[in-house]
Amino acid sequence: MAITTVPGTTRQPGRFPTPHPPGSRRTSLGRKVRDNLSGHAFLIGAVACFAVFSWYPMIRGVVMSFQRTRRGETTWVGWDNYARIVADPSFWTAWKNTFYFTFLALVLGYAVPFFVAILLNEFRHAKGYLRILVYLPVMLPPASALFLFKFYAYDPSEAGLFNAVLAALHLPTSEWMQSPRMTMPAMVLASTWMNMGSAVLIYLAALQNIPGDLYEAAELDGAGIWRRIRHVTIPQTRLILALLAMMQIVATMQLFIEPLILANGAGTGDSATSVAYLIYQHGFFQNDLNGAAALGVIMLVVLAGFSAGYLRLTAKQD
Amino acid sequence: MAQDSATRTLISSAQLTRGRGRVIYWTVLAVVVVGFTLVFIGPLYWMVTGALKSGQEIAQTPPSLFPKDPQPQNYVDAWHNLDLAKLLFNTFYYATGAVLFQLVLDTAAAYSLSKLRPIFGNVILGLMLATLMIPAMVLIVPQYVTVIDLPILHLNLLDSPFAIWLPLVANAFNIFLLKRFFDSIPEDLMAAALVDGATPLRTLWSIILPMSRPILGVVSIFAVTAVWKDFLWPKLVMPSPETRTVSVGIYAFAGGTPMNVVIAASVIAAIPTVVIFLIFQRNIMSGLTTGGLKG
Repeated sequence: MAITTVPGTTRQPGRFPTPHPPGSRRTSLGRKVRDNLSGHAFLIGAVACFAVFSWYPMIRGVVMSFQRTRRGETTWVGWDNYARIVADPSFWTAWKNTFYFTFLALVLGYAVPFFVAILLNEFRHAKGYLRILVYLPVMLPPASALFLFKFYAYDPSEAGLFNAVLAALHLPTSEWMQSPRMTMPAMVLASTWMNMGSAVLIYLAALQNIPGDLYEAAELDGAGIWRRIRHVTIPQTRLILALLAMMQIVATMQLFIEPLILANGAGTGDSATSVAYLIYQHGFFQNDLNGAAALGVIMLVVLAGFSAGYLRLTAKQD
Repeated sequence: MAQDSATRTLISSAQLTRGRGRVIYWTVLAVVVVGFTLVFIGPLYWMVTGALKSGQEIAQTPPSLFPKDPQPQNYVDAWHNLDLAKLLFNTFYYATGAVLFQLVLDTAAAYSLSKLRPIFGNVILGLMLATLMIPAMVLIVPQYVTVIDLPILHLNLLDSPFAIWLPLVANAFNIFLLKRFFDSIPEDLMAAALVDGATPLRTLWSIILPMSRPILGVVSIFAVTAVWKDFLWPKLVMPSPETRTVSVGIYAFAGGTPMNVVIAASVIAAIPTVVIFLIFQRNIMSGLTTGGLKG
């Protein structure tokens, strides 16, 4: 997962300094051309990979969504693929599920890491150990971690880890993935456990950059812990909070491996089908790559629209 | 001396070391340490020991905390039935290649963008960074179509390791990380090298790279873990059983294999990344955070 960086101000270095030999204009031009050529020579490998595996597919995806390939023959079909995808009985369910997952993941997976980071930042002891613990699940292959949840934690009988704990506490047990109502919360729980480590670490770094005198001053003014969090911590980390919220939403909207492994794809009564899973279904099982491309474009438009709206909203606050 | 000037956080150290504050501090710390250990290590313990239980024991209620009659055979079965040696070797091979390709091509590109700054360099950088905005799922179908019939060359890369290596080079995050690091290397060094008549390649090799070991380490670790954790892309482009990665292999066998054996295989698959993490955790954590925060 690459939600790991925070753009700041980049110091722009000067151009590669070229000493001026007392030569004519022609040699300096020749030198410029040579410098540029070598500069591009260093770029060519990466640029070729970007072109073939990133830029071209982006265009190709849009083009494909208006075509249909049958028995090796490609024709333009206008909006047919879009019409077919929208008519899929799972289309609206998939969007509903994906939004629901994103919402739950935001409630659980967004606030929790922030408060965990605040807590860890206060500790004078065991900080390194706790940091390693929180990040450990991030390093597990998601497939491994999800099989653990599927077989051992979400076992619907009382032999499962979660139900055993619930039963021991005399709380009602759950059917977990077998119950359409619990499917999403269970997937969010697994996903948060697997992924929250990176958010915690990014918040921790941000918290360490808050000048201590701000807290000092707030305390002198009689602000309690909650008011210090509200008036110092949150405003000071607002940029990173906003950025991570956006990255998390984009990441959770692509929900795929959780339904695939935990719910065998669609789950009980279509309760787990996500938009990304539907793309996979159409593209690689229903032999409908064009329809899958169309759904990809729809997803891109939704996410781009969302991001634009979000940016406007946060820009207004400034 | 450095201890005294430790930065002040939300709650002052004085408040935490005296009277009631001290009691609360140690109570909260103890609760958090125990709680976090249960939440984050507990499931892993459950996984490792669960895979040692017999099929009967795993189905009993309430579950047992320790395996009564440990069955290491589950791990042996996982190793043989799923051909884990082969799967692990494949994954390791893809990860190594990914590191090499990313180190060579992304470093060269970042060096050019940071120090040589050729014409249109900023446009290229912008186009690269723009790909960070495109969700991976959106591109999965056209990328797959591209890989099965490469433009111009008309090659099919299915089951070829290049299908994993080359798309990973198109990693704007790496280029951004490397470029930022190179940006912080003083221009004077470059100028001095130039006066000495060093070519750009020579400057990169003898001046820039030796100074950049930490960031190159971070990029390598991220490359390895990215390949190890990836699922959908290797599942699509490595369809035959001989070329599968370990995660995809376990998934493919999960249907017809006893649950405990699947878990045992999952444990084995997770060992390499966990070990890498425990060895390099300092580098990983600094790469995660300083990469973006230091100017």
